[in-house]
Amino acid sequence: MTERIGVYICHCGTNIAGVVDVANVSKWAGEKLADQGVVISRDYKFMCSSLGQELIQKDIKEQNLNRVVVAACSPHLHEKTFRNACKGADLNPYLCELVSIREQDSWVHTDKAAATFKAKAIVSGGVSRVVHNEELTPLKVPIHPATLVVGGGIAGIQAALEIADAGFHVYLVEREPSIGGHMAQFDKTFPTLDCSACILTPKMVDVGNHPNITLLTWSEVQKVDGYVGNFAVTIKKKPRYIKIEDCTGCGICWEKCPKKVLDTVFEAGMGNRKAVYVPFPQAVPKYPVIDDVNCTYFLKGTCKACEKFCPTNAIDFKQEAEVITVEVGNIILATGYDLFDARRIPQYGYARFANVYTNLEFERLCNAAGPTGGNIVLRDGKTVPKTVGIVHCVGSRDKNYNAYCSAICCMQGLKFAHLVHERTGAEVYNFYIDIRTPSKGYEEFYNRLLEEGTRFVRGKVAEVSDFARVPEEEGKLVIQVEDTLIGKQRRIPVDMVILSSGLQSRHDSKDVAKLFGISCSADNWFIERHPKLDPVATMTEGVFIAGCVQGPKDIPASVAQGAAAAARVLGKIQQKEIALEPVRATINADQCSGCRICNNMCPFNAILFHENEMVSEVNPALCQGCGTCIAGCPAGAISGTGFSNDQILSQIDGLLLLNILKAAVPVES
Amino acid sequence: MKQYAYYPGCSLESLGKSYHLSAMEVSKALGVELKEIEDWNCCGATAYFPVDEFLAYTLTARNLAKAEKTGLDFVAPCSACYKNAFFTNKYIQHDADLADHINYALEVDDLHVSGTSRVRHLIDIFINDVGLEEIKTKVTNPLKDLRVAPYYGCQILRPRKEHEDVENPQYFENLLSTLGAEPVNYSSKARCCGGSLIITNRKAALDMVRILLQDAVNHDADVIATTCPMCNVNLEVYQAQVNREFGTQYAIPVMYFTQLMGLSFGIVPGHLGIGKQQVSSESMLAIAQNTK
Repeated sequence: MTERIGVYICHCGTNIAGVVDVANVSKWAGEKLADQGVVISRDYKFMCSSLGQELIQKDIKEQNLNRVVVAACSPHLHEKTFRNACKGADLNPYLCELVSIREQDSWVHTDKAAATFKAKAIVSGGVSRVVHNEELTPLKVPIHPATLVVGGGIAGIQAALEIADAGFHVYLVEREPSIGGHMAQFDKTFPTLDCSACILTPKMVDVGNHPNITLLTWSEVQKVDGYVGNFAVTIKKKPRYIKIEDCTGCGICWEKCPKKVLDTVFEAGMGNRKAVYVPFPQAVPKYPVIDDVNCTYFLKGTCKACEKFCPTNAIDFKQEAEVITVEVGNIILATGYDLFDARRIPQYGYARFANVYTNLEFERLCNAAGPTGGNIVLRDGKTVPKTVGIVHCVGSRDKNYNAYCSAICCMQGLKFAHLVHERTGAEVYNFYIDIRTPSKGYEEFYNRLLEEGTRFVRGKVAEVSDFARVPEEEGKLVIQVEDTLIGKQRRIPVDMVILSSGLQSRHDSKDVAKLFGISCSADNWFIERHPKLDPVATMTEGVFIAGCVQGPKDIPASVAQGAAAAARVLGKIQQKEIALEPVRATINADQCSGCRICNNMCPFNAILFHENEMVSEVNPALCQGCGTCIAGCPAGAISGTGFSNDQILSQIDGLLLLNILKAAVPVES
Repeated sequence: MKQYAYYPGCSLESLGKSYHLSAMEVSKALGVELKEIEDWNCCGATAYFPVDEFLAYTLTARNLAKAEKTGLDFVAPCSACYKNAFFTNKYIQHDADLADHINYALEVDDLHVSGTSRVRHLIDIFINDVGLEEIKTKVTNPLKDLRVAPYYGCQILRPRKEHEDVENPQYFENLLSTLGAEPVNYSSKARCCGGSLIITNRKAALDMVRILLQDAVNHDADVIATTCPMCNVNLEVYQAQVNREFGTQYAIPVMYFTQLMGLSFGIVPGHLGIGKQQVSSESMLAIAQNTK
């Protein structure tokens, strides 16, 4: 046998060694697996540390190892680390196999003897597999220097500006008529109470004017072809019915338009817009959109008031959707969030009682540019509330709806309390489960609110009703809550209720994830490559995520992610070419029957079908080596480099200790 | 003709007699045959479960076993019976150990239960099996201008049985609209009536009843409609006691939903058990029948 295999068992501090007898496993592997080619077996406290890596490198050189098995954490975490260590000692990195005795063993078992036995089986599997590992060389592909950013909220804006300022081209796609996202709807931002528009609009203008940014609003991505470095993205530009080369954004068209439409998007249903409109005065771009669902001309064939009054003849009712294709090397998804629909909790009375508001409605209500000019009044348009209740965690931290914390609502509730108090002098109650104010300056803001006299009631609100039990409650909305600090049920009558609806993933996030070939969590947030160490990359090379699309977060965190994603993209662009994992599938054209089963199975759209030859082919740059097609191919025509049948079946044999049993050696030492 | 294994429950033989009468009349009109389960027994009500859960399940299971033999859906008009039967049936399906124990007991009676019946509430079969469209064709006397407070109560809704909306359900309102009545939108429709607390802590229960009555009155309801004999008794029979206790003067009629259905079908009030209530139903009948 020519294999000279080194086996390295990691303690991971007490993570593994606390449950698995690592010294025993190491000794056992050295003795029992010697037949399989193991020439040395060691255990070490932290194999991933530089000392641990040096230990492996030293052995490779001194012991002439040509295969390495490391038994430690999941390959997700440190496969790269150990492969690089081997590369450093001139061993092809793909001749190193990392098997998990932490996630798949010590973390999930308490019986030490059984866990130790299982670790031996796992190591045995790794050794049997590594014998069949082949030397592989990464594929290199050039990187197109342009970038696609999807979503024009603050995260997307930040990412686009960072890349464009560095001198590279950006296509920024936004499906609404203007960029700005949710942040453009807000009045003030916590904890500094900066005017949201004042800090956002300069950035929006920069995007609009930037020579390196092609702004595609009122547009949606339809199709993504290609792979990292070489994506071809098909984008549909919906018709604005405005010739933007002629439009000056003067505003006469929406002034003259006779058709009022309830604005459920930007004004959150609190105000109206016209059928031809810009969502808000500072919109970027400045060109309006004609809403063909509500426009009188599109409904009845008459009106054309906008066309009549337009001083530059920029209205074009015949405009049609345009489909363009752009080439980019990387993609950043910053498509944001939807608000939890408060109607799903009917006991809170939203849409049943007029004066129950959602947080977004309230943002518009207290916005100086909003429908009431920033006057905080009830739905009758004139009464100033004397008492206001703010209900936290609506649809968040609730296993009936969303189990996670929406992260922003505590601070948002505090901000609302401050604004209500400042502008109306009303008494404000915050109903909270826990107050969570962990970021810079947040706890100080909370203290400020406590000093301002805002009332805090700790308890999850049971219901909001209009039923008066005592005369003081008549004509009021009554909040029923268990005050858990005094251990009593309380009924608090208020004039206005604000529901802090949580954040949830976009309604179409699954479709978007599929379009870009990335994965969603159970809550449909997009999954990052690593929650701590790689938060803006995804498992698909060249596709990055930023902002709330990855999970609920506030403006500072969204901006940080936008910038981080941009930095990652810039890093890729600077490399000019990219090395791709050689672990991937290949189709044997002679065996392929052209059934196309694999075509639809591939989650990365990596399999092409050649109509003429009636065979499928894997695009090596796009394939991520997941193995789905290999398992699915009825003809067995697909094989995987890095995970051949030999490798997998040998690993199974090894896991079952078949080699050792055949040798009639007792398994237990 | 649609057939069901009908489980009237004890209340419908005594205080809830008018519910039984009206359920039978309405079923007949809708072509529904309620085939009473032979030799049924008490479901255990609210009292038995806290005393001995297993024996209480066995009690209910005996009725289920008899229904299973017929292969028909098990239908209860009483929300408490419905809840008990529903969950007993569910537990028998999912807890093989419990099912074995129960079946050991039922052997004495030569019975066996396997949890294969579908357990339904009476209002569910009218709305979902017969359907509102079919019901509408039977309405000859629409209850025009009659403001009805639909009172669901709790046991028909809670604990949640399947996927229904337990906080703000709408099916009762939809049924009342079909009868031509005006359903009242009020907060307390799914709040507890006090249930058997009326026996053990009367004052607390009376206050719970008062909330329901006041909320219905606040919304100008002419009548409260119920789906359960216990709710009906608490709201109707104890109304006088609420008035004595709190110095109020409620006089709002309380009717089973089947009685209102019967009225809208043009059935004589006497056949629906209307006229035997403690609170006079004259005001309500005047509105319901003036529209003839």
